[in-house]
Amino acid sequence: MNETVKNTGLFALVGTLIVLTGVLQGWNAALTILNMGLISAIMAIGVNLQWGFAGLFNVGVMGFVALGGLGAVLVSMDPVNDAWAAGGMGIVLALLLGAATVVAAVMAHRKLPAGRARGLIVAAILVGGFFAYRAVFDPAVQSVEAVNPALEGYLGGLGLPVLLAWPAGGLLAAGAAWLIGKTALGLRSDYLAIATLGIAEIIIAVLKNEDWLARGVKNVIGLPRPVPYEIDLQNDPGFVTRAAELGFDPVTASTLYVKTGYALLFLAVLLLVLTMAQLALRSPWGRMMRAIRDNEVAARAMGKDVTRRHLQIFVLGSAVCGIAGAMMTTLDSQLTPGTYNPLRFTFLVWVMVIVGGSGNNFGAVLGGMLIWFLWVQVEPLGALLMDVITLPMADDSPLKAHLIDSVAHMRLLTMGVVMLLMLRFSPRGLIPEK
Amino acid sequence: MDLLNALVALLNFVIVPATAYGAQLALGALGVTLIYGILRFSNFAHGDTMAFGTMVTILFTWWFQSMGISFGPLPTALLALPFGILGCMALVLVTDRMVYRFYREQKAKPVILVIVSMGVMFVMNGLVRFIIGPDDQRFGDGERFIISARDFKAMTGLREGLAIKTSQGLTVVVAVIAVALLFWFLNRTRTGKSMRAYSDNEDLALLSGINPERVVMYTWLIVAALATVAGTLYGLDKSFKPFVYFQLLLPIFAAAIVGGLGNPLGAIAGGFVIAFSEVTITYAWKKIARYLLPDHLDPDGLVQLLSTDYKFAVSFVILLIVLLFRPTGLFKGKSV
Repeated sequence: MNETVKNTGLFALVGTLIVLTGVLQGWNAALTILNMGLISAIMAIGVNLQWGFAGLFNVGVMGFVALGGLGAVLVSMDPVNDAWAAGGMGIVLALLLGAATVVAAVMAHRKLPAGRARGLIVAAILVGGFFAYRAVFDPAVQSVEAVNPALEGYLGGLGLPVLLAWPAGGLLAAGAAWLIGKTALGLRSDYLAIATLGIAEIIIAVLKNEDWLARGVKNVIGLPRPVPYEIDLQNDPGFVTRAAELGFDPVTASTLYVKTGYALLFLAVLLLVLTMAQLALRSPWGRMMRAIRDNEVAARAMGKDVTRRHLQIFVLGSAVCGIAGAMMTTLDSQLTPGTYNPLRFTFLVWVMVIVGGSGNNFGAVLGGMLIWFLWVQVEPLGALLMDVITLPMADDSPLKAHLIDSVAHMRLLTMGVVMLLMLRFSPRGLIPEK
Repeated sequence: MDLLNALVALLNFVIVPATAYGAQLALGALGVTLIYGILRFSNFAHGDTMAFGTMVTILFTWWFQSMGISFGPLPTALLALPFGILGCMALVLVTDRMVYRFYREQKAKPVILVIVSMGVMFVMNGLVRFIIGPDDQRFGDGERFIISARDFKAMTGLREGLAIKTSQGLTVVVAVIAVALLFWFLNRTRTGKSMRAYSDNEDLALLSGINPERVVMYTWLIVAALATVAGTLYGLDKSFKPFVYFQLLLPIFAAAIVGGLGNPLGAIAGGFVIAFSEVTITYAWKKIARYLLPDHLDPDGLVQLLSTDYKFAVSFVILLIVLLFRPTGLFKGKSV
């Protein structure tokens, strides 16, 4: 069996699994899995760029995904004019002040001669800047958050078409990644891991607490959609007749239509990202990246600027994760910072890359789709299993109740076991790097 | 009087909680640092190891409580702690045998072991949630306070009260005992010395006939004990929730790195540095400022530098500053 056949077979397997879901659990469920699977595949490509190509250990995926989601809100929601009038300028001014403080501190650190005086001056700039920033920022935030707090209380977005939000989400994530990479990429691999883990938590904390930005835990709901609304389709006589001709009732037909629309959009983005990643991998640039990954010292000796290349690919990979995050927020039509959990948004993506095959873009896509399918389907399968196990037990036995209640937590266990088995017996993944 | 009141308020809201939290972090960071020193990787599963040990302790505590066994004024969990430690030891030894040993024999790169520990983290996390569920569990009993705010006020006549929870006092006492035992073990016993030798120079240690598997086994046993103690103390002081333990990973790693990875003394110092900075930066200083400043200068706001939700940011920023200016940590750590 040659490689192409095997790889096609693996993709066909995922396709079959999804089709089976469609037959057994309904096409609605199958399309839901497919949509998130496509998004997961894009996230996996992003991580694969960083880890598979360049060996960068980024466990802050969640942060970039969330930033992409923020990007979707900032681009597509309508601006809240009252809030801008109340304190928008104050917030902008405060943020500029904050940025100026940091820049001034960095400049002072660079320009002044080393010594105690320099430390004191830098500290004074930072402390003074912090208080100035808070003095401008706090009242502005209060007045913004007081504007219609039940529905708005934030600055809103630009009111642009939501499809523009996807690249914008990527740009936002890329900007953050550039800042992070500038400070943290010089660190050793474990330190980089901890640093990115921390940054992701901080990004989520900011999203949860800064209500003026995206309403915090009050969530932004009702983001505009790139596809029509179900209710409009159901009210469209033309659509209803066509659905009836195909043998669907209007409600089912409209949900399927909408989800298929999303799936096609996501597929287009996935193909675009995949093509670009594939071209990059095969280009001299990609070969250089892998050379750096395999032997940093040798690459440096050949005159390659390792730090800059690392920064470059860190930004690119994070941007891809940001795009996926914006797409996910669009799919959900809401940004809910409370639901971002590192196990789901960082470590699960890592499982996808490891299982799929790090260093191979097709592997990442396969891993993304397959692991997402498992993540969703482990629960019903686990419930089935538990029903069988607990069959001989008495109906009122507390153990039975406990086992059936615990099914929901089978997911993490299964993912861990899958990952460990893969690492042990096939460490290069399902579709290994060439 | 105002000065005394300010001092008591400072003790009550900053120093006492930060000391207890610092001791818990230090115990956690000791575990991370030992694994780093001897097995040479950053163990992402450490938070979940803590959660597992604590969970076993809690299950035993409940069992003891149901049988009517109690420990007088002290929490029953203290009686259950040895069983929790044993349970955790069993888990980590099984994990080592089934997972890590293979990679050790292959001499896999440290970063591979870190990824493997991510898988172990998933499994342990799932296991804990599977057995005890994802919800908050409280298992403290016995006397709640060594000294309660009301008693303190009655005793001293000050306006500010000082409350010291049993769990806080206990944390410090247990932590001191655990650290003393650990250092005695590392510095005085044959096994401890071979562990340090192995950590300093693996090849030389192997050459002088130290059995690496034995060193690794003892390391896991000690780490399991430390993790369970840290987790149980944290759970008694706050409450037990699997996800919170997972999130403790960040401050614990920050503590270990700030102190210098691989250096036990550094881990303890790092734990307190992180704990004190987190508490002082997220504490609302209004109360203390009111006592200290003249009336017309009373602050309007809370005088809080950052809201408590940003406590991760604090550990992180300290981590970053230390890494940028002293890459091996405050005490000299090692780098793989």
